[in-house]
Amino acid sequence: MSLDEQPNPSPQPTAPALTSFVAEAAPAGPEGEPSVIRRYLQTRGSGGLADRVFAGLMLLCGLSIFAIVLFILWILIDRSKLSLAQFGFHFFLRSAWDPVSGDFGALPFIFGTLATSLLALAMAVPLAIGVAVFLSELCPAKLRAPISFLTELLAAIPSVVYGLWAVFVLVPIMRDQLGPVLYKYLGWTGFFEGYNFGEGLLTASIILAIMILPIISSITRDIMLAVPISQREAVLALGATRWEMIRTGVLRNARIGIVGAVILGLGRALGETMAVTMVIGNHPVISKSLFAPGYTLASVIANEFTEATGDMYLSALIEIGLALFLVTIVVNAIARALVWAVTRGTPARVH
Amino acid sequence: MGANPFHTPPPAGDTQLRPPINLQSRRMRLNTVRRYVVNHLVTVLAVLSTVIVIVPLIAILAYLVYMGATSLNLAFFTKIPAPVGMPGGGMANGIVGSGIVLGLCSLMGIPVGIAAGVYLAEFGRGKPLAGAIRFTADVLNGVPSIVMGLAIYSLVVMRQHHFSAFAGGVALAIMMVPTITRTTEEMLATVPHSIREAALGLGVPKWRTVLSVSLKTAAPGIITGCMLAFARVAGETAPLLFTAFGNQFWSFKLTEPIAALPLQIFVYAMSPYDEWHRLAWAGSLVLIVMIMVAVTLVRIYAARGMLKGAS
Repeated sequence: MSLDEQPNPSPQPTAPALTSFVAEAAPAGPEGEPSVIRRYLQTRGSGGLADRVFAGLMLLCGLSIFAIVLFILWILIDRSKLSLAQFGFHFFLRSAWDPVSGDFGALPFIFGTLATSLLALAMAVPLAIGVAVFLSELCPAKLRAPISFLTELLAAIPSVVYGLWAVFVLVPIMRDQLGPVLYKYLGWTGFFEGYNFGEGLLTASIILAIMILPIISSITRDIMLAVPISQREAVLALGATRWEMIRTGVLRNARIGIVGAVILGLGRALGETMAVTMVIGNHPVISKSLFAPGYTLASVIANEFTEATGDMYLSALIEIGLALFLVTIVVNAIARALVWAVTRGTPARVH
Repeated sequence: MGANPFHTPPPAGDTQLRPPINLQSRRMRLNTVRRYVVNHLVTVLAVLSTVIVIVPLIAILAYLVYMGATSLNLAFFTKIPAPVGMPGGGMANGIVGSGIVLGLCSLMGIPVGIAAGVYLAEFGRGKPLAGAIRFTADVLNGVPSIVMGLAIYSLVVMRQHHFSAFAGGVALAIMMVPTITRTTEEMLATVPHSIREAALGLGVPKWRTVLSVSLKTAAPGIITGCMLAFARVAGETAPLLFTAFGNQFWSFKLTEPIAALPLQIFVYAMSPYDEWHRLAWAGSLVLIVMIMVAVTLVRIYAARGMLKGAS
């Protein structure tokens, strides 16, 4: 469509609206001389060059997303070289964390991260699926919008504010009310032993569960709404009750997407920093008791990075960041692939 | 089986025909009762889980508003933090600092994010490269914010040898880009093709079409996306910990450590002083009100803008 590609524009009027230009353009100069139209259009940026520059610029910005990921990866590897060279892969299997003598291992943090995230998932997933079932299948239309709005709002509350609430409300509740009850009735399991400060793995898991609930439930709801109505109608027509319809018609078709939503929530929980740091107790120990303090990958970086002295200390902390980066990238990639597979407009398969 | 459904095979010799299912049998009736009980049970469970989720969340909001409102006063908006042990003081420098850092990150993050979204929607349709960028953006969206802070610390702060507002802005901008890219792309995808074709048919160059037709039509949605991304980074603390670092005093220089509201909330919440706890609650309320006003304004604006775009 670019005019540049036609050295001699035809003298025929190209469009009625351009007659005034065509009148001037008709006696256009001999070969090579650009016509008035072309000159006019070129001053307005209609050359092929402007288009190509624009497209290139947009492409560059698109590629910047690759650049960001590669840059983060490169800089984290570069800065953690010291610790990578010193400890190698065993860094992740050692439980020593002694900045004074320069002995570092990430096992307590990996344990803390996994324990809090999985516990949070165990609490959040059943509730989130219940909420999603309610919102997509049972909810009266009037309630749907306000509840969805509320969940959106809760997703917008900053992590540090959840942390503040946890420090002043959840921790006392855990210490004075919930903790003693758990100790009395479930103390024999060994999971609720030792002195209960109110801060610890369990408190961190609860605040994490509260934070990831809105995310998991809203994605699950979207996925359930993506299941075609005909699936529901078919199951109902066979005489199924509503729950049987939800189970065989909806949940069965949406299961891959729901797994994706759960993994997405896991990704959030693994990297959550501020709220966890404020209530987990920040002590690198591995303990069976959920009342015991712990430490996560993200919170050790948040807590110790600015005070870290010595290259090895810094390098070890950056290596923890690198591990966190790689793990969340993998977890999110899996989750996204699963969610896409379901919501990508492909109709649910009939089994 | 392609058999004729109306054709019943003759009973073969001595094999007994299975008796028809008796729908009134005890077993069938029990089964029906069980199914209906399970149905109602699950319905109750779903409603219950919604209540279990909604009630504490409302409680959190209500408690926050109560604590924040009772701790808020004029000094909060006009004074800088008082020294330890002194009463009074506010977070004026934190509010201004947050504004500076957020302005800086919007300046860097929004144009790049929108441009990347334009590439995905207008130039890269169906190309594998665009698919890869889209996927990377989604994955980058889930990378913990503290990792961003760590990377920017290594790049900017280590070079400059001190914390700075600029570093904080870069860290937040990196967090904004993938979110804005994806919403821009989704919004541009809703622009009807006929509008673009009309512009191209009039001889408008492609870049002009994108800027004045596609982007303009999708503007309300894109602005919504930008504000949501803004609201998300406005409350971020982790990436600022070792980039902007925080400051107890006024600071307007981009090359110096700067105060930010979320950072001050964190420091004050972890402190042992009641006076500082009070300020942390007040700061949380201000932060949330700011975020919610942004989100709600955008919702209203977007609702109106959508109507305009549809006509």
